[in-house]
Amino acid sequence: MQELIDNFANLDSLADIYPLLLQGLWLTLLLAAVALPTALAGGLAVALLYSFGGRVTRRAVIVGIDFLRAFPVLVLLVLVFYGLPFLGIRLGGFAAVVLALGLNNTGYFGEIFRAGLASIPHGQTEAAAALGLSRFQVLVLVLLPQAVRKVIAPLAGNALELVKTTSIGALVAMPELLRSARVAQEQTYNPTPLMAAALIYFVLLWPFSRWVAVLERRALARH
Amino acid sequence: MERLIDHYFNAAVMAGAFPEVLRGFGVTVLVSLCIIAFGLVFGLALALLRCVPFRPLRWLVAAYVDVFRTLPQLVIIIVLYFALPYLGFSLSPFATTVLALGAVLSAFASDIFFAAIMAVPRGQWDAARALGLRTERVFTRVVLPQAIVLAVPLLTNRAIAIAKGTALGSAVALPEALSSAQSVTAITANPSPLTLAAAFYLAFFIPLVVLSRWIERRAARAG
Repeated sequence: MQELIDNFANLDSLADIYPLLLQGLWLTLLLAAVALPTALAGGLAVALLYSFGGRVTRRAVIVGIDFLRAFPVLVLLVLVFYGLPFLGIRLGGFAAVVLALGLNNTGYFGEIFRAGLASIPHGQTEAAAALGLSRFQVLVLVLLPQAVRKVIAPLAGNALELVKTTSIGALVAMPELLRSARVAQEQTYNPTPLMAAALIYFVLLWPFSRWVAVLERRALARH
Repeated sequence: MERLIDHYFNAAVMAGAFPEVLRGFGVTVLVSLCIIAFGLVFGLALALLRCVPFRPLRWLVAAYVDVFRTLPQLVIIIVLYFALPYLGFSLSPFATTVLALGAVLSAFASDIFFAAIMAVPRGQWDAARALGLRTERVFTRVVLPQAIVLAVPLLTNRAIAIAKGTALGSAVALPEALSSAQSVTAITANPSPLTLAAAFYLAFFIPLVVLSRWIERRAARAG
């Protein structure tokens, strides 16, 4: 038991490395704060393109969404980070992670928004137009609020996945939380930093993951 | 344009890298299938355990589900691979990736299965009972089949999303398509093998994404 504690919950090594972990946490939060709005905006733009586009545009949007969704995000990140420099485009770790997460989740969010908008009956648009609302007003005041409420469960679930996925930054030497913990582990010859990082992730994300689970259950029960 | 082709679609480099990346792709497919099989079977088992009217057991399952729904996949892989050896036993990269991602899928799948079982109307139970079926037969013959039909669209989406995580195995030296391509790239100083790996991943996952879209649409029409 003592050995277990010494290895996995060693307070001395935790005291040594916690500044490193805090720095990593900060970067993780920063990554999430930049990548999430980027992906949401991208997804919404794609969904609007679908909603107001003609037949050809719609086809193209669907193909694009499926293409982005089929890419494992790490493959995308490796292409961006290790592939682009051969073209002379050298992105830093931060920009590469944001770009990879942004592209991948533009596909996911795009599909979610698209499905949400498609589920609103056409009568809503007609009624709103008959009331004299402009196309923009119809979209922002009538369609989007209803659509977002319908797809709130996958929307929240995907947002959570995006925040979790910032951890792949560790693989392109981004000193975010996971990477910092790995570095600290190698300095202390002790897995305590890894366990601490896992605990931080859990404490940070658990409320959201509970919330998403409740939303999903409600969505399925409404079926 | 010339440079683009030379760097990213270099036929000679690709031909040289092909056997290596193909072997990696075999590992990718195998690992993905193992994750899906383990995750779905174990997830269903967990969902059934949750139906057992014994509180501590349900809490245990709930705790497991929360942990694996909340922690980032890469964090679980890294902790399994780098922290377990301190307990005196170590897992191969293959076992690590399958266990870690299988556990994540099982957590999501158990939630989906459980919610689907709960969503089967109470009247189905009563009707089957009235026909003289015993409780376990009501469950296996009447409730579970309907629950599975309800769960399939959500399960396919989740299973595909998590199977894409096999690329994360490259972090623990799993010789899947991406890490094979990366090691070849290091030798050839040309990122064409990465393009090849990306193409393999797309060839594997685009059909799956299209399949899940089709299943979703069918379910929406039936529902």
